[in-house]
Amino acid sequence: MRFTAWSVDAASAVLATTCDKPGPVLISLQAIQTEFGYVPPQAVEQIAKACNVSRADVHGVLTYYHDLRTCLPPATVLRICVAEACQSVGSRELVREVEKSFNTRMDESNAEVELKPVYCLGNCALGPSAMVNGELVGRATAQGMKNMAEELVGT
Amino acid sequence: MTTTIYIPKDSAARSIGADHVARAIEAESAKRGISIAIVRNGSRGALWLEPLVEVATKEGRIAYGPVTVPDVQSLFDSGFHLGGDHKLSLGRTDDIAWLARQDRVTFARVGVIDPHSMADYQDHGGLVGLRRALSMEHEEIVTEVTQSGLRGRGGAGFPAGIKWRTVMATASNQKYICCNADEGDSGTFADRMLMEGDPFTLLEGMTIAGIAVGATEGVIYVRSEYPAAYDALNRAIEIAREFGWLGGDILGSGKTFDIRTRLGGGSYVCGEETAMLESIEGKRGIVRSKPPLPAIFGLFGKPTVINNVLTLATVPAILAEGAQAYMSRGVGRSVGTQVFQLAGNIARGGIVETAFGVTLDLLVDDYGAGTLSGRPVRAVQIGGPLGAYLPIGSMNVSMDYESLLAAGGMLGHGGIVVFDESVDMAEQAKFAMEFCAIESCGKCTPCRLGSTRGAETIEKIMLGNDVLGNKKLLLDLCEVMSDGSLCAMGGLTPLPVRSAMLHFGEDFDRRARV
Repeated sequence: MRFTAWSVDAASAVLATTCDKPGPVLISLQAIQTEFGYVPPQAVEQIAKACNVSRADVHGVLTYYHDLRTCLPPATVLRICVAEACQSVGSRELVREVEKSFNTRMDESNAEVELKPVYCLGNCALGPSAMVNGELVGRATAQGMKNMAEELVGT
Repeated sequence: MTTTIYIPKDSAARSIGADHVARAIEAESAKRGISIAIVRNGSRGALWLEPLVEVATKEGRIAYGPVTVPDVQSLFDSGFHLGGDHKLSLGRTDDIAWLARQDRVTFARVGVIDPHSMADYQDHGGLVGLRRALSMEHEEIVTEVTQSGLRGRGGAGFPAGIKWRTVMATASNQKYICCNADEGDSGTFADRMLMEGDPFTLLEGMTIAGIAVGATEGVIYVRSEYPAAYDALNRAIEIAREFGWLGGDILGSGKTFDIRTRLGGGSYVCGEETAMLESIEGKRGIVRSKPPLPAIFGLFGKPTVINNVLTLATVPAILAEGAQAYMSRGVGRSVGTQVFQLAGNIARGGIVETAFGVTLDLLVDDYGAGTLSGRPVRAVQIGGPLGAYLPIGSMNVSMDYESLLAAGGMLGHGGIVVFDESVDMAEQAKFAMEFCAIESCGKCTPCRLGSTRGAETIEKIMLGNDVLGNKKLLLDLCEVMSDGSLCAMGGLTPLPVRSAMLHFGEDFDRRARV
C-alpha cells in the first residue's frame, strides 16, 4: 500500500507534528494528505480541534486548494500542462491522445487512472510537459507516458 | 586518476532522461574499470542541449549533448572521460557561444557548482556578499541595494531598496522576509532552476535582507508543482544550519536569522503577494486589500519584505561587487541583468541572462533560433498568462520595463513564449479568460464573474454570433476588469485578450465572414 490506512490515532500522530506551528491549517491538511493519500471527510473535525479553528475554516481551506483531495488517488495519476507554453507545442493534441490511450477523459478519475490539467510545471522549454505519478516528463507523448506509467505502477 | 563528470539533476534535464544517462554512465565506467565521480549539478540553462554532460579536464570542462542512453557506449569508446572527440562534443563549455555571450550575475553559479556543496559555493564567490553585509550597518546595506537600482523580478518591477527601507523603518518586535517562489506563470522557470541549481544564493540573499531590515525569520513559499526545488531548498537550509550560517549566530556574528519553507497548494493566485501571505498563514489564498502594505502589515500582521526568488538571489552579487558594478548594466531605469526564459515553440529554449535592453528578435531568432516546428513565428507572449501577445512587427522592441510598457506589453517575470503560425489567437484569448475563471480567488466581482462572461463572449465570437456586438462587449468587459479588479489577476487578464484582438483581429473575424 502506498499510503497509511486512515485511522484517528494515525491522524493524531500526524497532527501532533503540525498543529502547534504558526498558521497550521494548510500544513495540517497537506500532512494528512501525504500520510493517507487524501483528506477523509471525518478528518475535518479532528483537524479543526487540533488547530483550534472552526470546521468551516478547515472546510474552506480544503476546498480552496486544487491539490487537496477528498478521495484516495488511483494507482496512476496523470497531469498534463495545458498552459500557454505547452499549448504552443501541442498540449491540446497531447490531451486528446492521452485520453484515447488511457481510455479516460480530462478531469475524470476511475479506479485505475486519473487525468488532470496543470497550469505550468516549470519545464516550458521542453514542452509539452506532463507528470506521471509525480515524475516530470518533458517532450511528452502519449506512448511515452503509457510506458512510464506501466514502469512506475509495475505489472 | 578519477575523472569528475557533471550530469544535471535539474528537473528539466531529468524530464528528458538525465537520470537514465547518469545511471548508464556509472554502469559503463564500472564495466570498463574507469574511475569517475559524478556530480549532479544544476543546468547551465541551454535546455535544448540537455541532458548536457560535462567532463572536467585540464583544459576546462568539455561538454557533450544532448546525450541519450544509447550514446553512452560510444562516448566511452571515444574516450570522452578524457575529453575525447565525439559527434556530440560541443568543445569547452565556456566556449559555447550561446552561453559565452550571456552576462550571468544572478545565474553565475547555476550549472557550474554542486548545488549542495558549501565548499564549491564558497570557491565560486558564495558568502562574500553576506560577510560584507555583516560588517555594515542596516542603513548602509539598504542604501547599497537602493543604489544598485535592483527592481522586483517577480513582475511588478518595484525598487527593492525602497521596500526594504519601509520595513527597516517600521518598528516591530518581529519582522519577516518572505520569498515568493510561487512561479506560476507559464513560460517561466528561472526561479525553479535557481532553487534547484544554486539554492545557497537564495538563502544568502534572504539572510542579507534579514540583517538589513532587522528580521530574524524567513519563509520561502514554494509552489507544489516544484517538488525538486522544495527538496533542494530544505536540504540547503539543513546544510547552512550545520555550517553555522543560518540560526542564532550567523557566521559567528552573534546575529540571528533562520529560514523555513512552505509548500503551496496548487493555486496560481497565491503568487500574488497578499494571497501568498494568507496561504502561509494557512488560510484560503484570498487577496488582501492594499493598503496596508505588506511592508507595514504583512505576515501575521508584522512588517514583511516580500521579494521574488531572482530579486533576493541577486542581492549577494550586489553586496559582493558593489552597487556600481550592477547598475553599470542595463538601460534607463531598467538596470542590471534580466534572466530571460525562452519557452514554448522555440528551437533553442532555456535561460538567457543578459543586461536589459536586448531586442526581442535577438532573443527569439538569434538565441532561440526560431521555432521548434520550423514554421514562421506568429506571436510571442511575454510575461506569463497575464502578459500581452505581440506580433512579429514588434520584434525589435527593447526588452526592458519601460519599452515593453510603451509597446503595450509587460516584462513580468521575463518569460517569453513563442507561437508559430498555427496558433489561433481567439482560442488563446479565450484561454486567458478561462484561466482567470479557474484561478480567481473570488474576492472581487470583475475577476470572479468577468472572466467567465469573457470566455463565453469569446466563444460566441468564435462561433460567428454577432461578432461586432460581442467584440464591443468584450472590450467593455476588459475595461471593467482592468479598472475594477483588486489585484493583477483580474486586472491584467484583459492584457492578453486585448492585445490578441488588436494585433490578430483576423482570428476573431474569421467566422463572421462565413
